[in-house]
Parts: sequence; C-alpha cells; structure tokens
Amino acid sequence: MFNLLRGIWTVFLHLFRRPETVQYPDEKPYVPPRFRGRIILSRDPDGEERCVACYLCSVACPVDCISLQATEDAQGRRYPAFFRINFSRCILCGFCEEACPTCAIQLTPDYEMCEYDRQNLVYEKEDLLISGPGKYPDYNFYRVAGLAIGGKDKGEAENEEPPVDVRTLMP
Amino acid sequence: MSETVLTLIITFGVLFGALTAAAGLIWLERRLLAAWQDRYGPNRVGPLGLAQVLADMIKIFTKEDWIPPFADKPVFVLAPAVIIVTVLMSFAVIPIARGASVANLNIGLLFFLAMSSMGVYSVTLGGWASNSKYPLLGGLRASAQMLSYEVFMGLSLMGVVLLAGSFNLSNIVEAQRGLWFCIPQFLGLFIFIVAGLAETRRTPFDLPEGDSELVAGYHSEYSGMKFGMFFVGEYMGITLISAMIATLFFGGWLGPILPPLVWFLLKTLVFVCGFILMRAALPRPRYDQLMAFGWKVLLPLALLNLLVTGGVVLATGR
Repeated sequence: MFNLLRGIWTVFLHLFRRPETVQYPDEKPYVPPRFRGRIILSRDPDGEERCVACYLCSVACPVDCISLQATEDAQGRRYPAFFRINFSRCILCGFCEEACPTCAIQLTPDYEMCEYDRQNLVYEKEDLLISGPGKYPDYNFYRVAGLAIGGKDKGEAENEEPPVDVRTLMP
Repeated sequence: MSETVLTLIITFGVLFGALTAAAGLIWLERRLLAAWQDRYGPNRVGPLGLAQVLADMIKIFTKEDWIPPFADKPVFVLAPAVIIVTVLMSFAVIPIARGASVANLNIGLLFFLAMSSMGVYSVTLGGWASNSKYPLLGGLRASAQMLSYEVFMGLSLMGVVLLAGSFNLSNIVEAQRGLWFCIPQFLGLFIFIVAGLAETRRTPFDLPEGDSELVAGYHSEYSGMKFGMFFVGEYMGITLISAMIATLFFGGWLGPILPPLVWFLLKTLVFVCGFILMRAALPRPRYDQLMAFGWKVLLPLALLNLLVTGGVVLATGR
C-alpha cells in the first residue's frame, strides 16, 4: 500500500521534469560523423569513379540490395556499367563499406530518405555518385595499385619499385 | 416560464459539459500521461495541441464502421449506446451549484448507484454480442469485476448517507458546510475511489480491456464511432466518478470567494487528474488478486466503516 502511494508520488514529481523528447523536425538530434546513413559512391582526387566493379559489396550485402554490372573502358579501367542500390531493402549495416577495397562505397550521416513512392527508393549510379572523395580525401586506387592500365605501366604506381627482370642474374 | 428556461439551460449545460469533458479528456489524458513520462504528448495540432481533439473526432467519425458478420447485430449496436445513456443519466442527479441539477431526486445517490450498475450491461453485452473469444473473456471479466466492486461501492457511501441523513445529493453537500466528509469518512473515500476505478474499468483495474492479454477486451470487434462510444463512455465515467467524489466527500460546490460552479468544476478536475495519475503510476493486478482484494479487504473495510459510522452517529445522537 505504501509502495503504491510512493509510486504515485514519484510519477507525480515527474510533472516538473523537462521532457526528454527531441522535437524532431524542428530540432535535429546530434548525428555522429561515422553514422551509417544513406550510401554514396565517391570519386578519387582526380575526379574519376573509384568503384572498380569488383562485386564485393554486392556479395557482402546481407539483404542483396546492391546490384551492378562491371565493364571496362578503353584504358583497361574497370567501372560499373550500372550500379543500383535498393534503399527500401537496405538495412544500413555498412558491410558494403567494409568490403570495398577502393573506399568507393561509403555511408553518410544523412538518414532523411522518406519517399511517397517505394520505387523512388531505388537509387541509380547517377543518384549515388558524389563529386568528391568522401571520407578518404587522398586515396586513389589506380595510383597505388600495381595494376597496369592505359597510361600507367607496371612499376609506375606510387611507392612501387620497377618490376624485377627475371631473365638477368644482375641485382 | 423562467423556471422552465432555467431547467433547459441546466439540462443542456450538463449534457454539453459532460460530452465536452469526455472529448477534452482525451487531450488532457494524453498530455498529462506524457508529462508524467517526460514526454510532450500531442502538441502539433493547434495551440498546445488542443485541436487534436477535433482531429481525433473527425478521424473516428469518418472511419469505417464495421460490424463483423458473426456478431449479434442488434445487441452489438445497442451495447455502446447503453453505456452513454447510463452515464449521462447519472449526471442528471449531480448538483453543480445550489439547487442547480437536472433532477433534484430525493434518492439521488441510489439513482446514481443504480445507473452505474446498469453500465455493466453495456460492457457484458458488447463482449457477448461480438461473438468471438477475447471480447467474451473481456465481457465476463467486466461483469464479474463490476458486480463485485459495486457491492462495497454502495456500502462505502452509506457512511456519507448516515452522516448527512439523506440520499439527496444537494442535502449531502449542504451537510458538509461545517466539515467535508473526506475527514470523518476517510475510509469510505478510499474505498469509493478504488471501487470507482473498478467501475469505470480504468487502469489499474482495466482487466476487461487488458490490452496485453485480451487484445482490447470487450471492444476488440468494435470500430469507428461504436468503439468511440465506449471510449466516450469511459471518459464520461471518469468525470462522473470524479464529480461524485467532489460532491460526496469534498463539499461539492461549497467553497470561499469563487462562484459555486467554479468550485465544483475545479474539484472535479483535480480528481480527474488524480485518476489519470493513477493510470500513469499503477500496474494492473492479476484477476484473482483483483477479486481477492475486493471481497477480502475492501468489503470488510466497507462494512467496518459502516458499523463504526453508525455507532458514532447513534452515540452522538445526530
């Protein structure tokens, strides 16, 4: 009986507390910089697409919401012919970002993605690509990878030694 | 002639007041519950969210009014009406100021008890006519709960009647001019509040609804305004019980400076807020606990209260 009364009194005292509510559309809550929100595709510092269409994000995705098709340009650079993320399926787990070897796919702190039409939640490559490098400003996959593409032969990447000539005994 | 006009004004005033109170209580309850849970509650529609009431009413009036094909149609339709009618009838005997009540019955208190008993029919028939399992369980629970709690609801008020020497509510208020009955009848007040909670099926005694056990209890199958009627009935029931507490134990319209009507409304409002506070704070008991508490604790207490009050009245010869 006394406990009940004390409970009632405690609840009554909450009348004088400030509400915890964040009145959302008027005041936005703090979002940490590494928040996992809307997914983007970034570009390298030269302004080229970072994505090399390796399919790792698509494989890592637990809800299979990423679909893409790889293709190659005249210089031998791989890039996705199309890149599609279905955000009505996406659970914003960030596995794709972890899987990406070129830091192309990244999650941003933007979470306001409401649509009236479900089809509008399917983002194509044009919707996903941003103009900047995102979280990794200096990283350029083709510059550091020892992969020969047009305009860059073996041994010409940053911090890369020239290839060893296996047909000579000289050091 | 002028008396007829006055009666008409009072009648429509009470009718309008009761219905407005029921609507306004939706807003008040949500705001108060929110405040007690450190939230804001509805604050978007209109000033302080007051237009929420309007929005809710438009919504519930335009909802599909679905009668399940397996339901017993006439009873299903009748049940929500009964609760509104009985509660509104009870409002008729409550004096809102000196000599200002819709019907100044000599047996006003008995009339109130009778009408609140009639409310059981609404809930039980609603549960029965729905013809499905959860409403039926809810209806059964409601009938058992309300019948048991009615017993000492009446008994707890007999102390007041003994002290006032009348069943007429106006006379009971007049008898409290020296001392409000909440002091000599403290036990009666406590029992009446508990019984009133159980009669209006409010949390903590909302076992007939028991959302977590019975979906929505006796009104599971109801929709649209028929469901709204049960809701309005419940809110008017709270107002009614609060008004009765104010009238029987806290001197009704009596009070200094302010006009009698304001005093009456203020006291009623305080108890309405009290009921909402109890909803915010107390958990729902198990059904057997409810029954045991009623029959084994409150009924003996009510009888004891009656006995002692009777003895005191006899001894002092008032």
